This record gives sequence, C-alpha cells and structure tokens, in this order.
Amino acid sequence: MAEQTYNWSAIAKNPKFIELHHKKTAFLFGWWIFSTIYYFLLPLGAAFAPGLFKIQILGRINFGYLFALSQFFVSWGLAMYYAHVANKDFDRLTRELVNELQ
Amino acid sequence: MKRLLVAIGCVLSLSFAAYAEPAKAPASPDAKPAVAAPAAAPAAAPAVDAAKAAAPAKASIDYSKMKANPKVTIPIFLAIIGATMAVVVWSAKQTKSASDFYTAGGGITGTQNGWAIAGDYMSAASFLGISGLISLYGYDGFMYSVGWLVAYITVLLIVAEPCRNAGKYTLGDILSFRTSPKPVRAIAALSTVTVTTFYLTAQMVGAGKLMMLLMGIPYKTAIIGVGILMVGYVVFGGMTATTWVQIIKAGLLMTGATVLAILVSIKSGFSPIQFFEDIATNQNIIDHVKLLPIYLKESAAGTATADAGQRFLEPGLFLTNPLDQISLGMALVLGTAGMPHILMRFFTVPTAQAARKSVIVAMFIIGSFYILTTLLGFGAALHLSPQAVSKVGKGGNMAAMMLAQALGGEISPFIGDLLLAFLAAVAFATILAVVSGLVLAASAAIAHDIYVNVIKDGHASQSEQVFAARATSFAVGAMGIIIGIAAENQNVAHLVALAFAVAASGNLPVVVMSLFWKKFNTAGVCAGLVVGTLSAIGIVMISPNMTYPDKVADAAKMAYTKLEKEITDGKVKPEAMEKTLKTIEAKKLEESKNRGGTSFLGLAKPIFPLKNPGIVSIPLGFIAAILAALAFPSKKAEDMWDEIYVRQNTGLGMAKAIDH
Repeated sequence: MAEQTYNWSAIAKNPKFIELHHKKTAFLFGWWIFSTIYYFLLPLGAAFAPGLFKIQILGRINFGYLFALSQFFVSWGLAMYYAHVANKDFDRLTRELVNELQ
Repeated sequence: MKRLLVAIGCVLSLSFAAYAEPAKAPASPDAKPAVAAPAAAPAAAPAVDAAKAAAPAKASIDYSKMKANPKVTIPIFLAIIGATMAVVVWSAKQTKSASDFYTAGGGITGTQNGWAIAGDYMSAASFLGISGLISLYGYDGFMYSVGWLVAYITVLLIVAEPCRNAGKYTLGDILSFRTSPKPVRAIAALSTVTVTTFYLTAQMVGAGKLMMLLMGIPYKTAIIGVGILMVGYVVFGGMTATTWVQIIKAGLLMTGATVLAILVSIKSGFSPIQFFEDIATNQNIIDHVKLLPIYLKESAAGTATADAGQRFLEPGLFLTNPLDQISLGMALVLGTAGMPHILMRFFTVPTAQAARKSVIVAMFIIGSFYILTTLLGFGAALHLSPQAVSKVGKGGNMAAMMLAQALGGEISPFIGDLLLAFLAAVAFATILAVVSGLVLAASAAIAHDIYVNVIKDGHASQSEQVFAARATSFAVGAMGIIIGIAAENQNVAHLVALAFAVAASGNLPVVVMSLFWKKFNTAGVCAGLVVGTLSAIGIVMISPNMTYPDKVADAAKMAYTKLEKEITDGKVKPEAMEKTLKTIEAKKLEESKNRGGTSFLGLAKPIFPLKNPGIVSIPLGFIAAILAALAFPSKKAEDMWDEIYVRQNTGLGMAKAIDH
C-alpha cells in the first residue's frame, strides 16, 4: 500500500478546509442536538404532560401516538436532509480540496 | 475446503431435522409452563399477574395454543440453513487476507451495508419483544421502540463517516491513532469483549429459549446448534458470510412483517382510524387494562380519566418511571454509536459516502420495521387478546408468532402453519446473524488489537493474521456456547440494556473525543474506558436488576396468601386442589429459603433506584475522559491532531479499499 505523505498542518490551515470544518461542525452538532432534544420530549412528555398526549385528534388516534410516529418521520427527514447537504456541499468542498492538493 | 464445508452443512442440516422431530409434541403452555424467553424481551417485562388471573379469552377460536407443524417447519428451516451455507462456501473462497476476514475487503456497497446493519440491529428482541410489549401494554411498547431508530441519528451525524476515514478494522484502530497504541489497544479490546459478551449471552440464552418454545428442541441442543452454525459462518466466511447472512435475514424479516401487517390491516379495511376504534372498543383489551395494577391504582385514586380501551392507547401502562426511561434513552442514543459490531460495519464499505448511505438505508429499513411492529402488536391484542398472548409467552414474546398462525389460519390452516414456520425460521436466522456479527467483533478485538498489534507489534503476515482471526473466532464462539448453556436459568434480560449502557459510557465518549477534541490523549482514553465501563457495570450491580432475596420472599408470600384466600373463598375446583396445595407448599419453602438473605453483593435492598445506569455512568465516562486528558497532557497527541482531523474529514491517506 503506497501511501502519499501529506503536510497535515498545512492542509488544516487551508481556507477550504477551514470552511469545510466550520460548515460541518455547525451542521452536524446543531442537528444532532435538535434531534436529541426532540427525542427526549417523548419520554418527558409522556411522563409530565400526559394530558397533552391523551388529546384525541383523528378518531381514537391521540396526540401521543402521532408524536411517537412523528419521531420516525423527523429522523428520516433529517437523514435525507443531511444526505442532501453532504452530497451537495461537504463532498464538493472535500473534492475541491483534494484536487487542489494533487 | 469446499467439500469440507458442504459436508459440515449436510451433517448440520440432518441433525437439525432430527432435533426438530420432538416438535410434533405441541409447545403448548400446559406442557411447558416454565418456558419463557426472557432475553427476547427487551426490558425485564414484569409478569402480568393481573392479566394471567383474568377470565379466559372470549375469542371465538382458541388461539391460546400455538403449535408448529413440523412438516412445514423443517423444510423451511433447511432451506434457510442451506441458503446461508451456500453463502459461506462462496465467501470462504474470497477470504484470503485479514482485510477480507474483518471487512470483506472493504468491498460491500452502501446499500448492502445498510441492509446488513438493519439485519444486525433488528434482533429477535426487537422483533418479538416489542410486538409483545405492544400487545400487552399498548402505547408504551411503541414508545419504547422509538429510541432504537433515533439512535441512528447519532451514528449518522457523529461517527459513521469519520470512523470510515480514520479506522481500519476495530475500535482500537480509531482510538490508538494519536495515543500510545499498546495500552490503548489492550484496553479497547477489553471493552469490546465486555460489551459483546453481555450482548452475546443475552442473545444465546434468548435463542435457546426461543427454539425450545417454537420447535420443542431441548435448550442445550438449540444452543449447540446455533453455536456451531455461528462459528461455521464466522470462521469460514468471515465478514463476507456474516454480512450476507444479515442481508438475507433482514429481507426475510421485512417480508414476514409486511405480510403480517397487511393481514392485520385487511381486518380493519386498511383504515387506521377504524383500527384504533376497534382496539379501544375491544372487550378483551378493556378487561385486560382494567386488571393492570397501574389502572387499578388510577381508578382507586380517581385519576383514571379515560375508558379502559382508550387507556391502552395512552402512555404509562408499562414505562412508569420517567427517570429510568430517560436513562435508557441516553444509553440507546449514545450506545448504538459505541457498539463495536456496529462501528465495525463502517470499515466494510469503500468510502465515507458509502458509510453515510448505508446508515440512511438502515434507518429507513429499521424505521419501517418498527412502524410495522405497531400493527403486529396492536393486531395481536385485537385479534388474539392480551390474555391469550401473555398465557403463551412471558412478556408477550410469542405475540407475533401466534398472530401469524391465527391470521394465516383464517385463510387456510396450511397458510397459518406456513406463516408460523416462516417467522420461526426468520427468528432463528435473526439470532444467527446477530451472534455472528458479535463473534466477529470480539475476535477482531482479540486477534487484531491484542495478538497482532500488542503481542506481535504489528508484524504479522497476512496468513498469520487470518489464522489468528479464525482461531479467535472459534474460541469466542465456543465460549459463547458454554456461557449460553451456563446461563440457562439466569434472568439475562437486563444484559442487552447493560451492553448499551457500557458502550454509551465507555466507548462513545472516547470515540467522540478522539475524533473531535485536539487535547485528547492516552490518559483520556484509558480513564474514559475504564471509568465508563466499570461505573455502568457497578451501578447495575447495586440496582434493582439484581435478585434481592427479600423481594423474592415477599413475592412468594403474596402468591401463597392469594392461593390460600382462593381456597377459603371456595374458588378452587376440587380437581385442582392437590396442585394448588403443592404450589402453596413450594412457595412457603421459597419464602423461608430467601427471607433475610442478601443479593450477590451482600445488599438487602438496591442502592441505586433505576434499572438503567446510563444517566449516571455516561456523564461519569465523559468526565473521567476529560479530566484525565487535561491532567496528563500529551504533546504528541496534540501534534497529530491536524492529521486525524484532516483525514477523517477528507479521507486523505485512507487505506485503499483492498490492500493486498
């Protein structure tokens, strides 16, 4: 396995890398915190706002059921959104950076 | 090699056919009252005493007995074992280097890996346990399943891509990058083996109990059968075979769940509103809820606001302690991303993009599966009755199986038998796939981290590495069989939760900080792993998960007092009198034996009030890792930060997909 040696600290100071790094950190941790809070609203809500969870919305289907179901769609939506941003922005920046180095 | 494998396959298939013979005797609840599949229940499901005491199900057909038809079951089992054997023979030819063995040469595509991750994750516990919980406790069972999917957001956003770019085969690879490799690898391997042993034990015991219940195979035989197949897959086929077994199983499981969900939906005219109306107005469900202790308490306190049927669709029937819930949620959300066998799957794909794609594919499969489980669980409550479900399997573990036979049986008895046999075979394949992945993760940690990199200083030829990998897989598999047999009578349900808690408290903090914190170093890794792992285990030892003899004594006393009251009230029929008196005697003996005793650690009562340690041990793991890293700064680790950070973000300098 022939491995090219890189000047890592120079790459780390490359403006393209810094841009990539900032964008990624903000996106990944921001949305991770959002999804975590959204998830914990479910056990917290079930325990501390049972009245809200009992409100019947569609026939016998109550808010609690729809909220639990929404967790799946929010997770899927977030995954798709991330894939979209990563394919469009992060991968493009990474490609440009790698091309610049070669 | 090929002929040898075929021969082994034939012998195993024949022996399974032979073992399956006793299945002619129906695995009815009367014949085997002690049988339960504790490990297949995701949480230690409390016995539903109230439900058991309830009036017999009023369903017009008697669904309370489940029996597998061996004429249908055996061919389906043989077909699945045969298909996976063919995969092993094929992949054994491709497995030449260590990279082939651990990561299938990095040549799995994103979609394939996504199916394999899903296959790895949808264990028999999720499949049977969650549909069972829903059938007994309604809404709470569904709520329980949500965390298992949300956990993948952490995997997707935080660990999947950087791990693919920074690692090679194991957790130790990621952690040892800018630290002192020997101590870090040794301790990472130890942590991997700990987590996988907990998970493996739970799966093995669950497997044995499940096969016993489904097919009437004796427990030990089932464990040995599962163990031999698992060792065969891993030793001969490595990651390629393991991956394909997981893919096959995930496909079968989704097919089975979809068919069953459609059968349930037909009954309510494909209308969710009608489906929920049917549940809320079902007399069996209403009777069942009215006898649940929590509902009795609510009624007595005047806080029961809804009718009993509607109450089944509301939270709080099973998950009654919010703090415990949050603690479990933390362990799931953070632990999944620290599970060694999940991390390992990201090394099987060629690029970070493929790693990302595989998590997204896995999320769609796992999410759809859990939504289908709602239909199965509520469907079982509606069309079978919770009473019938809890009668056959403790914690409702047989709900999905019974539903398959009952709904299929309404079309024709043969279809019912076929669906039941199909689901039983899927459950079996599920266990095989999950345990194979675990054996591979544990043996990679021992062979790659400890043998190759610590003992041999990284100087081992490909053939030596492959030999070490095969030898350790064999040893780990053999250990799994022995532990599985030894733990037959242990309640292992809490081990799955413990595995996630250890992964979340020990592995995840050090992985995250290795990837994202410049000042992280050897001391931080060691302290984080040790403190996180030990605190999770230690807290469980002093938690209510352990057996406290006084509690056992109290339960025994309650049981015989109730029976004695039944006798004085004249509720016991004369023909059942002898049996009842015997039970009373046995319970009295149990009380006197246990009264005043102490738990394994000499405690009379649990010190820690929660079943899930995560809420305390996860912060402890993080704090230990941070403090140790700050207390013992390392210049080398800081100097190498740029390298690991650039590598994980760009994939530069990454090992080629196939490095031989």
